[in-house]
Amino acid sequence: MSGERNLIEVQHLQQYFPGGGRGAKRRWVQAVDDVSFFIRKGETLGLVGESGCGKTTVGRTMLRLYEPTDGRILYDGEVIYDSGKCPLQNADGTPVLDEAGKPQCGPKTAVDMLPFRRKMQIVFQDPYASLDPRMTIGDIVGESIDIHKLCSSKQERRDRIISLLERVGLNSEHANRYPHEFSGGQRQRVGIARALAVRPEFIVCDEPVSALDVSIQAQVVNMFEDLQRELGLTYLFIAHDLSVVKHISNRIGVMYLGKLVELADSFELIAHSVHPYTRSLISAIPVADPQVARASKRIPLQGDVPSPLNPPSGCRFRTRCPYADEQCAAEVPAFREVGPGHWAACHHLDKVEGEMSPLLPVTMG
Amino acid sequence: MSEKLLEIVDERLSFFTPAGEVKALNGVSFSMEEGEVLGIVGESGSGKSVTAYSIMGLTAYPGRLIGGTIRFNGHQVDQMSEKEFRKMRGNEVSIIFQDPMTSLNPVYTIGNQIEEVIRLHTDKSKTEARARAKELLELVGINEPEKRLRQYPHELSGGMRQRVMIAIALACEPKLLIADEPTTALDVTIQAQILELMQELRQKMGMSIIMITHDLGVVASMCERIAVMYAGHIVEYGTTDEIFYHPSHEYTKGLIGSIPKLTTEESERLVPIEGQPVDLLNPPAGCPFAPRCRSCMKICLKKMPPKTRLSDTHYSYCWLRQKEAAEGGHEA
Repeated sequence: MSGERNLIEVQHLQQYFPGGGRGAKRRWVQAVDDVSFFIRKGETLGLVGESGCGKTTVGRTMLRLYEPTDGRILYDGEVIYDSGKCPLQNADGTPVLDEAGKPQCGPKTAVDMLPFRRKMQIVFQDPYASLDPRMTIGDIVGESIDIHKLCSSKQERRDRIISLLERVGLNSEHANRYPHEFSGGQRQRVGIARALAVRPEFIVCDEPVSALDVSIQAQVVNMFEDLQRELGLTYLFIAHDLSVVKHISNRIGVMYLGKLVELADSFELIAHSVHPYTRSLISAIPVADPQVARASKRIPLQGDVPSPLNPPSGCRFRTRCPYADEQCAAEVPAFREVGPGHWAACHHLDKVEGEMSPLLPVTMG
Repeated sequence: MSEKLLEIVDERLSFFTPAGEVKALNGVSFSMEEGEVLGIVGESGSGKSVTAYSIMGLTAYPGRLIGGTIRFNGHQVDQMSEKEFRKMRGNEVSIIFQDPMTSLNPVYTIGNQIEEVIRLHTDKSKTEARARAKELLELVGINEPEKRLRQYPHELSGGMRQRVMIAIALACEPKLLIADEPTTALDVTIQAQILELMQELRQKMGMSIIMITHDLGVVASMCERIAVMYAGHIVEYGTTDEIFYHPSHEYTKGLIGSIPKLTTEESERLVPIEGQPVDLLNPPAGCPFAPRCRSCMKICLKKMPPKTRLSDTHYSYCWLRQKEAAEGGHEA
């Protein structure tokens, strides 16, 4: 299902938000720091992490709903943003060097996003807050059709809206109603129809099922899968529920405090995670199977997530990590390939590998 | 041990709204023994919180108990006055709410809020209450309790605030603790910490817990018995193993089928429950789940199914099981 071509490439993406103070005293919320990954055409990349880890910010910054503070974003080989400060990369990931042997940077670029908005869309988390209460469902779905001038006549626009609503399991009669007349699951379907209106290639799904009941959640997850198969869509699927992400994704990235700490194929990540944070995250998931739940052992994490205003030096996970030492405080661990297609950022992978037994839920499955 | 701590028989509760009568509970019956941990699962609007709140007399206007009896720890709860409730709440039964961000008062210190409970319910002096508050914070695993007592809720993280909520709930060592989605607002790693703490405290203090949640994962690890609710009915009740390994109501089966499995290599397609939740203003005449049920029969639309006993601890309300039982024996 996943082709070889990379549809999206994100290199050294950084997103700092001003966090108070002026001039030299200005402090920054380091929401996303040096995050790099790619998404192949037709695949689903899952992004998980706890609240405040920066996963939503990554999704929004990729679409340039926020202007990045550093990094480079490529869509289908075209640069849509370049800060001009980040080294160019060869196809194999090595930096491009100039005659003097120094890493070369690309020109500062920030393209007009309008043509790209037709290809890149987003479905928001909260179906209660992301629909304008004063617009009808038909107008909400039709707004992007108008902006991009996709339909020449009123009749064509209407037909298009109805076919979109039917595509997501609603019907033509719903087009004249307002958002408050719908349940959470139905609203999320409207949000999806809106994203599909411009026939995009890539959709950022930002916690699209988190606000829904379990039984409705499964309906919406299935619909995402059907749409992907029929329309050849590529997804970035952001969620904090690892079991949903594992279900829908080909590969999963795990974020902690603005950093990508591990990235691997879905099952590989669940079964053979190497980063200590990923491991405790997986062990903390309540498994809906009493026998497994009784037998599995949690790897507890001490304390709370530090503030992104003032993250720990070196490895950001070190304040809660059982393996942390001086090296972790001094050096930022590189995000390197530890197995085929399996990336992780940790100084002590050898120790982690040796000490912890494979996670039980998986061996029982 | 065999003494029933809580016994609810045929509880009916409605909200009288301008749009009409919303039948939140339609004949809920169950009982709990001392020391038991019961999970109540169901989707939003199924009546799980309303059931638990009514035990404490916390039914909000325009809700009213219109039938049934509730006996708790020797009290006839359905006939108690507000004054009697005040004596019972906190002392014998207490509650942890879902959202620790909004259920603590932002203008009082943590210490103030814990001491208030202690001084209301016991005749401890101010200093004794302070000492007890410190003890409680230690019990729920909060570091530097002295410092925390002087802090305000906004200075603490979500996990810490939930620990404070637990400390307040446990201040007078209640016999029953109602936990209303205690971890829904928290991240998974913090959720794991809180669930572990609740289990530890239960062993230490021997109280009973009613755990209200929509997360089947949480009940699987925490609870001994599970009640599955749908549209104001308990549709199935049994031990945790019975519910997970031999679900007998079609709704329970649907719930279990719609959870993605974490432990398999290939992702099987999820089996969702089709359709939308019931409108409680006009509930269907027969089985409330019938309109969404895959195996719906004619009778399901007309009459509410009677109780079918599947074992000493397991029962459900479904015509299919009733039919199997009538035909002699059911599949285990």
